[in-house]
Amino acid sequence: MHSAIARTIRRGAAALAVAAAFSPLAAHAWEPTKTVEFIVPAGTGGGADQMARMIQGIVQKNNLMTQPLVVINKSGGAGAEGFLDVKGSNRNPHKIIISLSNLFTTPLATGVPFSWKDMTPVSMLALDEFVLWVNAKAPYDDVKGYLAALKAASGDQVFKMGGTGSKQEDQIITAAIEQKTGAKFIYVPYKGGGDVAAQLVGGHVTSSVNNPIEAVSQWRAGELKPLCVFDNQRLPYKEPIASGKSWADIPTCKEAGLDIEYLMLRGIFMPPGASKDQTDYFVDLFKRVRATPEWQEFMQKGAFNTTALTGPEYAAWLAKAEGTHKDLMEKAGFVAK
Amino acid sequence: MEALTSLIGGFGVLADPMNIVYMFVGITLGVLIGVLPGLGGANGVAILLPLTFSMTPVSAIIMLSSIYWGALFGGAITSILFNIPGEPWSVATTFDGHPMAQKGKAGEALTGAFTGSFIGAFFAVLLITFLAPVIAKFALQFGPAEFFAVYLLTFCAFVGMGREPAAKVIAAMMLGFALAAVGIDTVTGQLRMTFGSVELLRGFDFLVAVIGLFGVGEILLTMEEGLAFKGKSAAINLKVVVNTWKQLPKYWVGCLRSAIVGCWMGVTPGGATPASFMSYGLAKKFSKNGRNFGKGELEGVVMPEVAAHAAGTSALLPMLTLGIPGSPTAAVLLGGLLIWGLQPGPLLFVEQKDFVWGLIASIYLGNIAGLIVVLTTVPIFAAILRIPFSVIAPIILVICAVGAYTVHNAGLDIAVMLVFGVIGYLFKKLQYPLAPLVLALVLGDMAESSFRQAMLVSQGHLSIFWSNPLVGSIVTLALVMLIWPLVSMVLARFKAHGSKPAAAE
Repeated sequence: MHSAIARTIRRGAAALAVAAAFSPLAAHAWEPTKTVEFIVPAGTGGGADQMARMIQGIVQKNNLMTQPLVVINKSGGAGAEGFLDVKGSNRNPHKIIISLSNLFTTPLATGVPFSWKDMTPVSMLALDEFVLWVNAKAPYDDVKGYLAALKAASGDQVFKMGGTGSKQEDQIITAAIEQKTGAKFIYVPYKGGGDVAAQLVGGHVTSSVNNPIEAVSQWRAGELKPLCVFDNQRLPYKEPIASGKSWADIPTCKEAGLDIEYLMLRGIFMPPGASKDQTDYFVDLFKRVRATPEWQEFMQKGAFNTTALTGPEYAAWLAKAEGTHKDLMEKAGFVAK
Repeated sequence: MEALTSLIGGFGVLADPMNIVYMFVGITLGVLIGVLPGLGGANGVAILLPLTFSMTPVSAIIMLSSIYWGALFGGAITSILFNIPGEPWSVATTFDGHPMAQKGKAGEALTGAFTGSFIGAFFAVLLITFLAPVIAKFALQFGPAEFFAVYLLTFCAFVGMGREPAAKVIAAMMLGFALAAVGIDTVTGQLRMTFGSVELLRGFDFLVAVIGLFGVGEILLTMEEGLAFKGKSAAINLKVVVNTWKQLPKYWVGCLRSAIVGCWMGVTPGGATPASFMSYGLAKKFSKNGRNFGKGELEGVVMPEVAAHAAGTSALLPMLTLGIPGSPTAAVLLGGLLIWGLQPGPLLFVEQKDFVWGLIASIYLGNIAGLIVVLTTVPIFAAILRIPFSVIAPIILVICAVGAYTVHNAGLDIAVMLVFGVIGYLFKKLQYPLAPLVLALVLGDMAESSFRQAMLVSQGHLSIFWSNPLVGSIVTLALVMLIWPLVSMVLARFKAHGSKPAAAE
């Protein structure tokens, strides 16, 4: 018996040594010992799901982990199901979650109790941009003209803003525009960003705040046009997209006269009680993921803001973002009583 | 004829033998995924998506879309044999498919279903090949009001002429609507009827309910009736296949109608599930044998399959040309396109000719390959019926439980499935129809949110449903279908009075 166990251990050790020699991974104080669950608090096919499956593919292709990474969707209750699952998996280091804005909006809008403080922040991967889009046939070409038309509209002509979900990022931006300008929108919630872009092309809504990746093909086809981007600086991507214009040519909303800034978090969290060694492992893993050419191409295609934070800076960013959401949602009356 | 040249180019792309291998691997996996309830096409494609990361986009989409075709074919198998729909769009297939299996005609039902699937897909792919740009424009006309009109039409087409008492139909449907409302409300972002329970956050998934209502309910019934499959003497061979094929040509009008319904629902995009229900409802209304529907009519198996497969195939069109997915599986494929670095949208057909036409050519070949794979395995699947019930029932129950768990990776869903099983049993015993409940559960929240979106857009005026010829004609057609039984009853009375007193019923 003893010798058998010893043999197994020796063999295991040998295998590990071989794996260490060939794998690109540096030695870690802690490594996963079984399959890691990658929770997506949203449905299949959406932005967060795409990113998670992209990461899974990169990890697999580049052999970045010794244990498998499995994507699991837990989208119930606007993502509350996924976050509650992670919150309840105290000290389980084999589970990570990718977050979107619903980390902040769902607890406020539905009253389901969770917050980023209930989890262990690992790393910010990127920030998703929002762009103000209108139909290419719209009579205005800039934010000034848009705002003038918005304020002048009444009756049947009231502007309709199409967006993804209710009391989430798109509606928050819409509410922020209302608060800044005093104008009113009819906000129409749809299931996904693709639906919204198609509805805008079809003329069923007046404008949208789609993410770049959701509307870029309609822009290139000359069916939609971007007016401004809700960031504090212009996008860095200078490759021309449509009629000689690039992402970098879109003015920020602030410089165009609509002082609103909104970015959506794409970040990774672990369950509460994760040790430093365990978080370090995933921090390092995602650093490697971000360094791959596949990831960089993905960032460029989707015109992401590639800010990536970890540790205290990440926590500080989260605290600030939570405050901003609370403020915006309270003003808009979106908070559940 | 430009389309034809491009298509030939597409077949050239397929000439790479590896692509053909991927296609067969995909089809076989897809059939398995379709057979296992719960593990739907969307899940199957999503799980395999990262694997395709290192393939070329053409090979990747060929393999993943083949999984999709396989799942569309495979969904019918368990529906017919065990009354357990493997996929949501095969629920309507159970209505006549399972009674046929009970009569010992499982082989015919399976052959009919598979051939129907093939016909539907073929019709849809012809449409994609030659009319893609036109059809894509048509889909853009669909706003919230139009979507609601389509859902209304599905309900009315299906409900207008049930044999069951109207009160029972309405009761079952209302229960379905109530269950569909549990969870997050997409329009206001509020939680409804969750009673503070975390488990109820995700609502009642249609698949879990269907596995319980049909699968578990059926097992309970069979247990009561003597622990044996009816019709286990099903003889399956080439003769059955050929004989079934001989019957099909006389249904050509119905097939055409179902294919049109399917393509329309796939493109707009309503999806394969409403398409199958609507097509079944229409067939029931217009067929000479309509009265026998539900008792094991071949026509009732073929029609929903034609529509489901036509819808499933044409759902790729809005995905490719507009970037809007026509079905959950198409949504995952859409994610795949982005990961492979392709941008779906109006320019895809121009810029990625190889990819698009390779995909279209693979739909033709994939469906032929799929038909061959499933037809050759019919005897194997039908042979399952010869296994003693006491052996197979526990296995089915385990598969059902695994399926219910897989939908959301949630243990409670297994309990939910069992409860639905008891409900299904009671419904059968009390002679309540299950179909309206299922229909309301699957379409309820979509119909609700498009209605409320329409009301937001119109600021509360119902006139939006007659605001343009398109929506106006669909809504009017729906309402006519709803009251048609009343009208025809009145007409029949009137006629009877006019000539001679009708015989007592």
